[in-house]
Amino acid sequence: MSPAWAVALRVAHLVARDPHACGGVLVRAGAGPVRDLWLDRLAGELAPARPVRRMPAGIADDRLLGGLDLAATLAAGRPVAQSGLLADADGGLVVVPMAERLSPGTAARLAAALDAGEVRAERDGLAARTRTRIGLILLDEGEGDDAAVPEALADRLAFRLDLTGLAWGDTQGAATEGEPEPDDPDLEPDAAVADLCAVAAALGIASLRAPLLALRIARLLAGHKALRARDVREAACLVLAPRATRLPSSPEDAEAAPADRPESPASDGTESSDQGLEPGAESLVEAARAAIPPDLLARLGAAGAAPSSPKAGRVGAVMQAPRSGRPAGTRPGSPRTGRLSLLPTLRAAAPWQRLRSGAEGAPRLIQVRSDDFRITRFRQRSETTTIFAVDASGSAALERLAEAKGAVELLLAEAYVRRDKVALVAFRGTGAEIVLAPTRALARARRGLSALPGGGGTPLASGLDAAGTLARAVRRGGGTPVVVVLTDGRANVARSGAPGRVAAGAEALNAAGLLRADAIRTILIDTAARPQETARRLAEAMGARYVPLPYADAAAMSTAIRSAR
Amino acid sequence: MIVNGSIRAMSLKPVSATPPSETPPILRAAGPVKAPRAQTASATPTFPFSAIVGQDEMRRALLIAAVDPSVGGVLVFGDRGTGKSTAIRGLAALLPPMAAVVGCPYACDPGRPAEHCHRCREQAVLRAESVPVPVVDLPLGATEDRVVGALDLERALTRGEKAFEPGLLARANRGFLYIDEVNLLEDHLVDLLLDVAASGVNTVEREGLSIRHPARFVLVGSGNPEEGELRPQLLDRFGLAVEVSTPTDLPTRIDVVRRRDAYERDPAAFCAGYAKADRAIRKALTAARARLPALAVPDATLEAAARLCLALGTDGLRGELTLMRTARALAAFEGAETVGLDHLARIAPSALRHRLRRNPLDESGSTARVARAVEDILGQ
Repeated sequence: MSPAWAVALRVAHLVARDPHACGGVLVRAGAGPVRDLWLDRLAGELAPARPVRRMPAGIADDRLLGGLDLAATLAAGRPVAQSGLLADADGGLVVVPMAERLSPGTAARLAAALDAGEVRAERDGLAARTRTRIGLILLDEGEGDDAAVPEALADRLAFRLDLTGLAWGDTQGAATEGEPEPDDPDLEPDAAVADLCAVAAALGIASLRAPLLALRIARLLAGHKALRARDVREAACLVLAPRATRLPSSPEDAEAAPADRPESPASDGTESSDQGLEPGAESLVEAARAAIPPDLLARLGAAGAAPSSPKAGRVGAVMQAPRSGRPAGTRPGSPRTGRLSLLPTLRAAAPWQRLRSGAEGAPRLIQVRSDDFRITRFRQRSETTTIFAVDASGSAALERLAEAKGAVELLLAEAYVRRDKVALVAFRGTGAEIVLAPTRALARARRGLSALPGGGGTPLASGLDAAGTLARAVRRGGGTPVVVVLTDGRANVARSGAPGRVAAGAEALNAAGLLRADAIRTILIDTAARPQETARRLAEAMGARYVPLPYADAAAMSTAIRSAR
Repeated sequence: MIVNGSIRAMSLKPVSATPPSETPPILRAAGPVKAPRAQTASATPTFPFSAIVGQDEMRRALLIAAVDPSVGGVLVFGDRGTGKSTAIRGLAALLPPMAAVVGCPYACDPGRPAEHCHRCREQAVLRAESVPVPVVDLPLGATEDRVVGALDLERALTRGEKAFEPGLLARANRGFLYIDEVNLLEDHLVDLLLDVAASGVNTVEREGLSIRHPARFVLVGSGNPEEGELRPQLLDRFGLAVEVSTPTDLPTRIDVVRRRDAYERDPAAFCAGYAKADRAIRKALTAARARLPALAVPDATLEAAARLCLALGTDGLRGELTLMRTARALAAFEGAETVGLDHLARIAPSALRHRLRRNPLDESGSTARVARAVEDILGQ
């Protein structure tokens, strides 16, 4: 049995003991025998009174939170409530497959239930509060750059497991006994709190829920007895280590620790606290460090900081009531303004049947009034428009313009299949021009691209501005813009058209910052022969994904762009 | 289709036969209207407001809204796990009780006949009782009929009466309406709330009912900006917007975890330890409310507020009005003699940061822009 599997079983044991206190487990694993085995073991550990419920993807509110029970209401002639799936799982676990696809709304409902230990439903004329002390098992099947599990929800779960690397053979055989740990002294609770907080800070964990959950797990490990150092150590390994966002600085490289962590204002506080760690906390940090999954930090680096996507705001305002798209619940309304949703309409009419038939004496017919009409609400996935901002200056033309064109053409073909729109902005000489406004016409795009002349200076700032203006226009129209910048990053023409490397570089960074401020998704493809520091800085300034072309052929480039959507 | 649907519905157990759980679900089927109550039915006491570590801006904003409900609500945006919900629930437990008409579903104030609902207007003699200030949760997934109120199902079905079952907006009258994850609220509910929050009146025209009732409440929203932006119209309804972040220095973090842990292990004992501090805040609140009407805002302060809004280019007069009201409430809470420039300077970021237009040529955040304007104009 591999150590990772032993940890997984340990986690299952702990969650089974008190699902609600643990919050649950985020399990990263593809569907397969190893995951099934783990779930089986977990179910085996659970006491019989603790139910396990599986939550179907895209569950509606009436099943999740509860609502009016149509059949029972009809039979009884008075409103009868039914409880939701969360309440049914009280005391036990809710298994959420494909957790990476959870909508923010569903995630927020789950989080609220976890926090309150009860479900509050104000639905269908009923107000109910139901006890819901559950734990969640989130099955994350996301691969690579897929969407991640909503962090707000993951933050509330004590454990994170990664079973992706485990083979069936790893799960067989007896556990290798670790060295018997020496009996260690009891810990004061206050000291335990301080140690766990210090470890969390050393591992770069910002959330305060993490040390709190670790403390809870330590208490769970200790049972009714006093906290031992060993419990705290195990809790730190199980709860804190998988959340690490950086490696703790070991004593020798403490001075050489990189001070450039601009995104976390925490660095000052935590850096200094590293120095003054208590001896107890230091050994804890070491233990946790050993428990950090080896590829965790690599994965974190790859994920990067995606700009927050503006969802509900302006986009929602434009597309308030789309007539097509995915159904997203129902609301009262007239069939004239939307598509009638038959079942919810009958559900709304059902409680009134006895009353209405009594008044008008037509017992066999279902009487539906205009107040009962429910129309389907739709949610439309907004259309993606990929805007290519191509550097057609002399320096770029010399090096990789042809290759860049090849990559763009590949993407055009793909966009055509997906019915996405594309636009083309080129910048060279003294300014930028929109070669192609957003279009689905593949042939036109290809013609515009192949006719693109090269040569002249690099007015990078103007190019980025033009792409940004176009992106904002796309967003106002309800679409989702993705800007792909192909450049070597060597700006030498300012917005005014005047040459000058320094001014042009500063303006380019400023233009990049504006793209980031508007949370426009961007990708920067470095077309230089060797990766350029300037291009990398530019990518950072616009919050872009950086892809150096020397290492990327056209196919790799198109993969990168696809994953950014 | 129908068959399909009913099978689906029938295969689910009704509440009356739910699986074993120690306590049966509390079900309040829409029955005859009772006086609104703060919903603190759970046995465990809420985390005391005075036990919250740090987050001064958020606590100040909530207290200001409690002193002067006319400031128009508080929006709390910030990181996960920073005690947003905790603070709001803590505030609810702390508020001094208010006088309300006995039996009135909207908890009308006996002392203010102009704001009475149709029922209280018709009655000649009104008896008053002391009730807790309602703090009503608007849970995600709530349906429209429960928010605005609807025909009372139970009474209509069993007795054939047409009666109005007030919704959450009625219960929130004169109190607080709290929406966690406000940015995830459905669009059609947002539209409803915008209208009611602006007018203070809830108008129900549905299922043959035609009812207007007072619905004046302080809107408190919390959320995480990463999960979606708020519509500008809703943003504008909030008087104060505060940003909270996780504390970064170790001693504070340890303190937070320690208190939370102590609370989880023995809520009653923990709350008893902070009862005195909570009482002190309650007393200060009561005193501030009494002081508020007499507190005049000097012309110099008004002019500074106007200049500040002009410099920042906030739209409309709402910015100035909120700035003036919040500064006055802050001064009242602190027991100041007059509303000074320092009150203005301290409250300006919360009152104005969500009213700025995004300037495409200025990349700095709105908080920094407000701070800069405050420095330029007030010299603080």
